[in-house]
Amino acid sequence: MELSRRELLAAAGKFMVLSGAALEAFESPSGAVAADSKYRMADHWWAMTIDIQKCIGCGNCVRACAIENDVPEGFFRTWVERYEVDGEDMEHPQVESPEGGIHGFPARNTPRVKSFFVPKLCNHCAHSPCVQSCPVGATYLSPDGVVLVDQQYCVGCGYCVQACPYGCRYLHPTKHVADKCTLCYHRITKGLTTACCEACPTGARQLADLKNPGDPVHEFLRVNAIQVLKPQMATGAKVFYKDLDGSVR
Amino acid sequence: MFTSGMRRIFEGSEHLIRLACVAVLVVLAFLAIRHALVPPEFGKYGYFRPGSLDEIAARTPVFAGRQACASCHDDIVAAKSKGPHANVGCEACHGPLGLHAQDFASQKPVLPNTAKLCVVCHEADAAKPKTFPQVVSREHAGDTACGVCHNPHQPRM
Repeated sequence: MELSRRELLAAAGKFMVLSGAALEAFESPSGAVAADSKYRMADHWWAMTIDIQKCIGCGNCVRACAIENDVPEGFFRTWVERYEVDGEDMEHPQVESPEGGIHGFPARNTPRVKSFFVPKLCNHCAHSPCVQSCPVGATYLSPDGVVLVDQQYCVGCGYCVQACPYGCRYLHPTKHVADKCTLCYHRITKGLTTACCEACPTGARQLADLKNPGDPVHEFLRVNAIQVLKPQMATGAKVFYKDLDGSVR
Repeated sequence: MFTSGMRRIFEGSEHLIRLACVAVLVVLAFLAIRHALVPPEFGKYGYFRPGSLDEIAARTPVFAGRQACASCHDDIVAAKSKGPHANVGCEACHGPLGLHAQDFASQKPVLPNTAKLCVVCHEADAAKPKTFPQVVSREHAGDTACGVCHNPHQPRM
């Protein structure tokens, strides 16, 4: 097919107008998120950074999360693990997380063993196995990079709980639907940080917006040794750990 | 009703017409049920119901955030900014005070007990970073509460 220059320009013009309209439609969702107006999902891509060298295992994050999100007792959207690695035996670290670390950790003085704390939470994967396994479209990656559960739609089959390689999901004991970290979506869409970051006394955890060029996360990722959990699974995990030991699973 | 030509075409194929009618009804019934069951705007951003984004975002925060605290207690924030606790959020020690931030009379903050609060972070543990200030509280102070000697907002003595 031969196109004259005039036809080509007209077609390009139509395409731009139509795709602009499509973008407009994409940008104005119906309810609360947009009604608060200033928050535009397309402007954000949420993540979190965790500095292992700053975590003191106080459990403030676990408590704050439980209060903020009404997490049922015995279940955790975030938790803290204490690792102890004896010498060269990196394949068999001693890991403990008494009640998720919600009451902190019993003090221990083991100077001859390498030990450190690892806070964990949903990695809000960009290519999440949990989203792929949901048969009804109840769990999804939001346009701003948060993995969420539509609890009206969830049938409680538990496939996502099994699919998550990080153990970040559970079935709610009374609602009987999947439940997990929302990255405090109700806070970050209002310009606040997450409850765990708000309560962290040392700043070990920081909410990060990868689409904000002024966010310190870019410096953090550039100058530090960064690791995600289970990188071999190619989940696109967005919780970035600084100085994470190789023994961490 | 049919012209003679059309009648000739449909002659002997009434069973096919009946079948076609049933097929059309089935398709219409499918579309009607689908319309009733699939929520409006499903699939707008992906394979999910976009209304759930709004529902999740609509919840009220329980922790007010440190900016809310500073809007009234700027004197404390200024004093704290000179000490090592400058970057510790108010609610990290004082607990969630979202209601207090909305209406200060509706929720009265409870003064934390320094005998129990400070050791949550500062009790010595081998897993804590070596640069983090930590003490074995029993040896350091016995039964004396930390607040007797230290000001939590400016803890250096």
